[in-house]
Amino acid sequence: MVAVTESAPIATAARTRKPGSPLAGLSAYLQALPLFLVLGVFLLLPLILIAIVSFWDYDFAAMYPDFVTFNYTETLGSWVTWKTYLNTLKFAAIVWVITLFVGFWVAYFLAFHVRTASMQTVLFLICTVPFLTSNIIRMISWIPVLGRNGLVNSALVEAGLVSAPVEWLLYSDFAVVLAMVHLYTLFMVTPIFNTLMRIDRALVEAARDAGASSWQVLTNVILPLAKPGMAIGTIFVVTLVMADFSTVQVMSGGQSASVALMMKNQMSLLQYPAAAANAMVLLVLVLIMVAGILRIVDIRKEL
Amino acid sequence: MTKAAEIDIASVSKIYGQSTAVHAISLKIPAGTYCCLLGPSGCGKTSTLRMIAGHESISSGDIRLGNTVVTDLPPARRGTAMMFQSYALFPHLDLVDNVAFSLKMKGVDKDERRQKAMDMLRLMQLEAYATRRPAQLSGGQQQRVALARALITDPEALLLDEPLSALDPFLKIRMRAELKRLQTSLGITFVHVTHSQEEAMALADLIVVMNDGRIEQAAAPRVVFERPATAFVARFMGDHNVISGRAASSTNGAVTLDVVNGGQFTAQGAPIEAGQPVDIAVRTDRVRIAPTGVPGLGFTGIVSNIEYRGSTVKLSIDGAGIEDFTAILDDAAFFEQTIKVGDAVPLSWGEADAIVLGRIPI
Repeated sequence: MVAVTESAPIATAARTRKPGSPLAGLSAYLQALPLFLVLGVFLLLPLILIAIVSFWDYDFAAMYPDFVTFNYTETLGSWVTWKTYLNTLKFAAIVWVITLFVGFWVAYFLAFHVRTASMQTVLFLICTVPFLTSNIIRMISWIPVLGRNGLVNSALVEAGLVSAPVEWLLYSDFAVVLAMVHLYTLFMVTPIFNTLMRIDRALVEAARDAGASSWQVLTNVILPLAKPGMAIGTIFVVTLVMADFSTVQVMSGGQSASVALMMKNQMSLLQYPAAAANAMVLLVLVLIMVAGILRIVDIRKEL
Repeated sequence: MTKAAEIDIASVSKIYGQSTAVHAISLKIPAGTYCCLLGPSGCGKTSTLRMIAGHESISSGDIRLGNTVVTDLPPARRGTAMMFQSYALFPHLDLVDNVAFSLKMKGVDKDERRQKAMDMLRLMQLEAYATRRPAQLSGGQQQRVALARALITDPEALLLDEPLSALDPFLKIRMRAELKRLQTSLGITFVHVTHSQEEAMALADLIVVMNDGRIEQAAAPRVVFERPATAFVARFMGDHNVISGRAASSTNGAVTLDVVNGGQFTAQGAPIEAGQPVDIAVRTDRVRIAPTGVPGLGFTGIVSNIEYRGSTVKLSIDGAGIEDFTAILDDAAFFEQTIKVGDAVPLSWGEADAIVLGRIPI
């Protein structure tokens, strides 16, 4: 960048190609600088701060710079923490299975059954329409549908299918999972759709030529080749569910817990170091999960 | 593996919405023939192949393979195997699993199908690469894997969609020879789609020249080359000058035609009613630089371009109402005289070197 202003473009090109040139090295660093600053200031620095704070001491009124480990020992030693983590993992697993199933079939339909590219675009845009409103609004709009006197319950009672309103529709694990599936399925559809679109249609024909039935084409050709997209979608969904607190709070009506919700509660009690320790544990757990996914599926083909 | 099947295509059409890709073509490919479907892109040759394979539905007409009408059968039950243009090897499977794919679909158990696939790979001299993925192979190796995968089903006919188009020129010629050798040793029917007339000439027992969804000519390479049936075939195969005009008179075995604002030529062929449009073909390599003794077998024109090609020299000549007439001269014959661009030269050819071309009914 600096070199460009100093000399003719051709000379610059010749100079940047020389590996030993100090200017060439500098311009590469300059080009990487903006992203480095953004990630450094808004990701790395906060993480370091949280890591530091997680070793601080605190009482009801203030935090004291220190190096203590009881934030971690208390967090990991508490039965409540383990139960909350298990509950969050349960949500992650259920939501993952459902979004993977639904997401795959939506993507499959879009990629293989919708003939024209323009129709594919239109249908895909329709999938993204809900994203024009905020997460919270989309979540809250379930309440009049699922509530005690909501749409579903009144319809069921009116139709005489049940005598009293169904209680577990809202403020339950069911409601949490439903809202999460609603919120996160598109994160599964998009990467899977992307991989499916890249599958050479001649492969499907070659499989048919070899006598494969539709089911065999799916299990032997399409599913294996869709794995990278599934892995990327899985990373999206799992990390989103693991970090979710608003959906769990709103849809369970406070009856269910998640790790992020636990952190939020700790923060509202001004127990920042405890929340920070919790955050570090969650971060490590999620990173391990992502590493596990990347180990199973090679997603580099997608990038 | 010597059960070859005759392929009989009976007035088969392919219609996509409003446009017709293949117009009621009929063709018999004898058992054990190496047949090349030849034509420019969009001529319907690939649609025809895909209809034989069963990857394209047949709009009307029937296809028979051996004694079975296969019109409505799925690809795998026709006794054909297809080799795709880009080979369509499964990128997530190694070579053994790629080759064994159709056996796996049939439910052959693992050891047996891997054994058979290994035998097939050995035949293609690929056993050393058995555990590799297709992406780790060269173009020529990929093609051999595709062949192995197609042949493991023990097909009666192998259908090849532009199999050599992805290879570099040198490899193309080597794989061409390999294909021919394979066809001879297996004895099964090969149907090979190509747009290269050189490839078709080198390989085929039967060349089917297609244009605009119709068959222009189906004959042995030598016949297609020496006696092209239509102006399209003559132009597409190269090696012929096509002269168009209107018939003036016909005598036994020879037709005389007038070129608009130009000369008069005669060519061998069946009599044609005077005034009808007619095309004749003149072999480019039979044209000599010499005044003609017989009227109608030559003209004098201006040399517009000279191309030196080593053993031959290509002259482009305008004159007698004909533009871009090509004469391929032997280098010795050319350098005997000094010919420059802009010179007027007399051209002539023998009686047998000019033939009347037919027109296909549309």
